[in-house]
Amino acid sequence: MVAARWQFAFTIMFHYLFPVLTMGLGLLIAALKTLELRRGLPQYGDAARFWARIFAITFAAGVVTGIPMEFQFGTNWARFSELAGPVVGQTLLMEGVFAFFAESTFLGIFLFGERRVGPRLHWLSAVMVAFGAVLSGFFIVATNAWMQHPVAYEMEAGRAELRSLWGLLANPYARWQYPHVVVGSLVTASMVMAGIGAYYLLARRFERQGELFLRMGVTAGLLSALAAAFPTGALHGENVTRFQPVKMAAMEGLFETQEGAPLAIIGMPDVERRELMDPVYVPRLLSYLAYGDFRARVVGLNDVPRDLQPPVEIVYYAYHVMVGLGTIFIALLAVAALLLWRGRLFGARPVLWLLMLAMPFPYIANHAGWLVGEVGRQPWIVHGLLRTELASSTNVSAGMTYFTLAGFMGLYALVGLLYLFLFLRIVDAGPQPGRR
Amino acid sequence: MINDAWFVLLAALLTGYAVLDGFDLGAGALHLWLGRSHAERGSVIDAIGPVWNGNEVWLLAAGGSLVAAFPRAYASGFSGFYLPLMLVLWLLLLRGIAIEFRHQLDSELWRDAWDVVFCGASALLALLFGVAVGNLLRGLPLDAEGRFRGTFALLLNPFALLGGLLGVAVLSVHGAAFVAHKTEGAVQLRARTAALRLFPLEAALLAAVVAASFAVRPDFTANFGRWPGLALFPLLALASLVLLWRFLRRGEDLRALLASGAAIASVLASVAAGLYPMLLPARPGSAHPGLDAFNAASPAGSLRGALAVCLFGMALVIAYTVNSYRVWRGKLRGPVYH
Repeated sequence: MVAARWQFAFTIMFHYLFPVLTMGLGLLIAALKTLELRRGLPQYGDAARFWARIFAITFAAGVVTGIPMEFQFGTNWARFSELAGPVVGQTLLMEGVFAFFAESTFLGIFLFGERRVGPRLHWLSAVMVAFGAVLSGFFIVATNAWMQHPVAYEMEAGRAELRSLWGLLANPYARWQYPHVVVGSLVTASMVMAGIGAYYLLARRFERQGELFLRMGVTAGLLSALAAAFPTGALHGENVTRFQPVKMAAMEGLFETQEGAPLAIIGMPDVERRELMDPVYVPRLLSYLAYGDFRARVVGLNDVPRDLQPPVEIVYYAYHVMVGLGTIFIALLAVAALLLWRGRLFGARPVLWLLMLAMPFPYIANHAGWLVGEVGRQPWIVHGLLRTELASSTNVSAGMTYFTLAGFMGLYALVGLLYLFLFLRIVDAGPQPGRR
Repeated sequence: MINDAWFVLLAALLTGYAVLDGFDLGAGALHLWLGRSHAERGSVIDAIGPVWNGNEVWLLAAGGSLVAAFPRAYASGFSGFYLPLMLVLWLLLLRGIAIEFRHQLDSELWRDAWDVVFCGASALLALLFGVAVGNLLRGLPLDAEGRFRGTFALLLNPFALLGGLLGVAVLSVHGAAFVAHKTEGAVQLRARTAALRLFPLEAALLAAVVAASFAVRPDFTANFGRWPGLALFPLLALASLVLLWRFLRRGEDLRALLASGAAIASVLASVAAGLYPMLLPARPGSAHPGLDAFNAASPAGSLRGALAVCLFGMALVIAYTVNSYRVWRGKLRGPVYH
């Protein structure tokens, strides 16, 4: 049971390191190809080809680490699959046949077919790759949203029967969760693009391309970082309050139910003594964020039975890490955008250093966000319907799961090392002018 | 009715997977023998490079269908086949890395290492898929809840291993026909020779498996007695094998590839016809009658919704597949990976 949790947590978090880049990067590459087609400048095409190489290895690593996810529901979580399969199977199936397939087929054409197909079809394949990546994300988020807030189903003989496919896809929980996930990915891709651009300027290599990467990365990054906070983050927060008030209380470390609840900017939750240590509060802000009303009553953890509470510390810190990093991203990207607008960014070495060193942090912010969502849902695997400890396979022993966990760790370490090695090599080789 | 439709659809998805990913697994299994130099091996990888990923989507689609339509069979089968399934996942993973990362570095050692990984993983996967089909034919010991609680060793019984060898032989011929079709020069000649030499083995192993299956599963022919029309599938299999032999001897590569695909499809269709309606048949003496397309299925509402999704999705998949193979049709000239 514990082993199965660890295995899922490890494999899904490692896997998500890759899609979080490809979803946003696909959109940026499609934008580059559009600019190439509209303005006819080969520089954009060279940039697109460079990022396509990064995309290709990221996609490959995402695929090889993603296929085990679909099968793990059956191997480790058989009782979950029996109950939820009739519903979540739908979205998983749609992900495969609609989204993933479009992405992988058109990626083949995009990467290797530039000289086989015309420029328009090549542009179209870039757009389809981006579309497939983002659509994949939608079906996965829809699957997750059903676990967060099950809708459009009826229980029948111990299984959830789907009542309406449309209802499943239009889950109100996914309405702001999905845009939040996509802009989170766009922030990641933009900051990686800006970071590589900053590296090229600092290293005085490929400077023209570096400037292009900075222009695009900083602009797209600022817009998406703002969108991650408002509207997507704020409105998704309201949804969480509406559907899972306990998760919200854990995110904010709120123990006492109160009207006009304050927002803790920092502070450490002490679960034994049921209080937040050394807090810095903004009065009444939590009530506003949760309900859009400064006087609203917010439920605290003390009014919830202990066995219905998630592990408060993890949820609290993950949430604060996500929000804190998001705020820093907005500040950094706003400064960079201002300098860009004034035409001084390319010489501002301290800001370039910051942009370069900032590259890992959007990954941390995205993963922290998913930790809030998933750990905050505990003790439920399907909220209100199935507890996680009742969802695992009964005919798989902990020893087997630890064995395969060790196997996954070893193989994923190999994937991770290879990925980093090849990523650095591609960056080192730099954008090359195409053969025309 | 809807359950039957799902049974057919699932069988079709798995067959599609076997025919499409089959040739790139087979090409992988023969990789070290078909290409002698780095350039030659590169051309084998290039031949499957643009399409292998799309081929694997059929497996994902089959997995997704199984969750959506037959969640009990998915849960019982996958948790029961825990270790072999993990082994399959790891091999798919290693193989994917080998194909995608091999060409990233211009070093002979690097490429040699990935060539061995690619070849070994492909051959083992072909073996394991054959073993899986063998065990399905043979039936599994199930407990009262319909769960398989046996060991890995139990799955490696002689009948299933025979199925595994057949899997390697069939996919090797299939892969060799594909490589012969896509390449030129020495690689093409070697692929033709390999296919010609392996074909008798394929035919002999198939005959052995058919004969042995009468012994381990006497009721297998019951469906063919009830619906004589199903006999079309084994007859088609026989006809495609005869054609395959003719095309191989004449060096008509594309036709040989198509005949080999038809043979794989009709053999698997015969297996599905014989198993119907069983998904996870129980061995005689089990506490459970076996999971079939009715007792393992989702409720009817979910089945209908998923069928619409799946049919529409598969229409798209087929359109993409046709388009992709059209773009990459004919011989490859010049390296694909750059």
